[in-house]
Amino acid sequence: MSEPILRTKALTKRFGGLVAVSDVSLDLFVGEVHVVIGPNGAGKSTLTNLLSGDLPPTSGEVIFEGRDIAGCTSDHISRLGIGRSYQKTNIFLPFTVFENCRLAAQSRTPHALSVFQQAGGYAEINRLAEEAMAAAGLTHRAGRIAATLSHGEQRQLEIAMCLATQPRLLLLDEPLAGMGPHESQRMVELIKGLTADHAIMLIEHDMDAVFALAHRLTVMVNGEVLESGTPEAVRSSPAVQLAYLGGEELLYD
Amino acid sequence: MKDSRLTQYLPYLVVGLLALFPLVESTFYMQLLTKVLILAIFAMSLDLLVGYTGLVSFGHAAYFGLAGYALALMAPKYETVSLWWSLPASIGVCALFALITGTLVLRTRGIYFIMVTLAFAQMLFFIFHDTKLGGGSDGIYIYAKPLMKLGEIEVANLEKLEHFYWLVLILTGATYLLLHRILGSTFGRALLGIKVNEHRMRALGFPVFKYQLASFTLSGALAGLAGYMAAVQYGFVNPEILSWHQSGAVLMMVILGGMGTLYGSVIGAFAFVLLQEVLSNQAWFGIAAKHWQLAMGIFIMLVALYMPQGLAGLAQKFRRKPAEEAADE
Repeated sequence: MSEPILRTKALTKRFGGLVAVSDVSLDLFVGEVHVVIGPNGAGKSTLTNLLSGDLPPTSGEVIFEGRDIAGCTSDHISRLGIGRSYQKTNIFLPFTVFENCRLAAQSRTPHALSVFQQAGGYAEINRLAEEAMAAAGLTHRAGRIAATLSHGEQRQLEIAMCLATQPRLLLLDEPLAGMGPHESQRMVELIKGLTADHAIMLIEHDMDAVFALAHRLTVMVNGEVLESGTPEAVRSSPAVQLAYLGGEELLYD
Repeated sequence: MKDSRLTQYLPYLVVGLLALFPLVESTFYMQLLTKVLILAIFAMSLDLLVGYTGLVSFGHAAYFGLAGYALALMAPKYETVSLWWSLPASIGVCALFALITGTLVLRTRGIYFIMVTLAFAQMLFFIFHDTKLGGGSDGIYIYAKPLMKLGEIEVANLEKLEHFYWLVLILTGATYLLLHRILGSTFGRALLGIKVNEHRMRALGFPVFKYQLASFTLSGALAGLAGYMAAVQYGFVNPEILSWHQSGAVLMMVILGGMGTLYGSVIGAFAFVLLQEVLSNQAWFGIAAKHWQLAMGIFIMLVALYMPQGLAGLAQKFRRKPAEEAADE
């Protein structure tokens, strides 16, 4: 079995007296989609924030490609190769789709601080931006101002920006939130296409998407991991059915 | 959108006309224009922060005034000082001060950033006001204008009004071109990204603090360029040039002209000084002229309410109309 690209050990986050994430240990592998599910307030988004550096953990380790990144800043973690998308769309609304992606790609190039070369003049950055747009299916929208895109397209742009930074690990926080069935289907296909050469941690509520994508499934309740394993194993776990899925009939109907 | 011929060549036309100005006018208006151009440099330096980096500084006069004091303190009392080293040295002092204050103030955001930048400016104000370092509240005279000599050849004689005017005009143009170039670069785009969505920039891997500090330092240095020229023009410095009124006035110029458009800052500086001259004209406004700040305040409020994009926004509105209608399907 190959080494995990990211491994957390006893990861914990407290906000005062509240334990939002408690003693979470999980492994993420390249070529696998690891889906984290759980009711609202289970600590899924907080877990994502701990891995992306948006929040520092209270205790525990986050080992990414052999080094402990717990407590690193989010910009540092991004440069190491972890990209994330946000539950609430978080893009540059007044910029064009291309400029959103170009800016994301620019963060990868060492000469990006050069003050006099005009921004459009870097072939490498432009290529990365165009590839990211193509991968997310947004090439036909390149010149549009991001604020004028549909909700679904904004979610795609969120992923495209993430891809333009060339991450090896993707943290996707509810990419299907608020999407119609058609848009959801397209997003599921997009994520499937990324699986081969990325490790993906996906937080999602849409159960069709979860079971369509998951290689590994973790259920969180009250900040703790209730169950983790293959989708089939988790599906048949009595604890999960009781705590999260609310009864047998939901799973076997 | 494609610019029409006229708008494309308008800046060159304006600069050309301004360059010819000394041939028709001799003293008063040339001095006034020099003052306006110096303030235009000052306003552009602030626009880099306010309009392009999203940082509203309310203490920008600190860097403006500091450069003036740097020149006054470096110049030997009854001798002339060379511009070639005193200008870079004064700008350097401002850049260094901006770098140091920047590392501290950039830890705050929003209203706190405004307050802390103001606090630093006030500290500097009272250092020069209450100590003998810079002549206290009386300030220091700069008896002779700096020299611009290459070997034995005098490049320009700054004692001559038109020479000084031309120098300031060139520096205004150079500042505009420099900032225009920088803002179009990857660095400039990153600053704009930070202004729009700082959190996302961080998540994309940009070391936001370093970019902001670079912008803050450059802005302070350019404010220093303006402050040096102001000190040369008036021939003295006193604490008033780093008072909060000055910080407020330059902020008003940027808002009046339109934040985030460099040329707007230039228009703002023109409009501000013009308004000040008109509103304080006793022949026209009698007793009200004494209280010109009141009228100015009302005018700024009206601009903020009805022209949030400032005078530059107004110009754009007229220019863009046909193109935009076509784009809106």
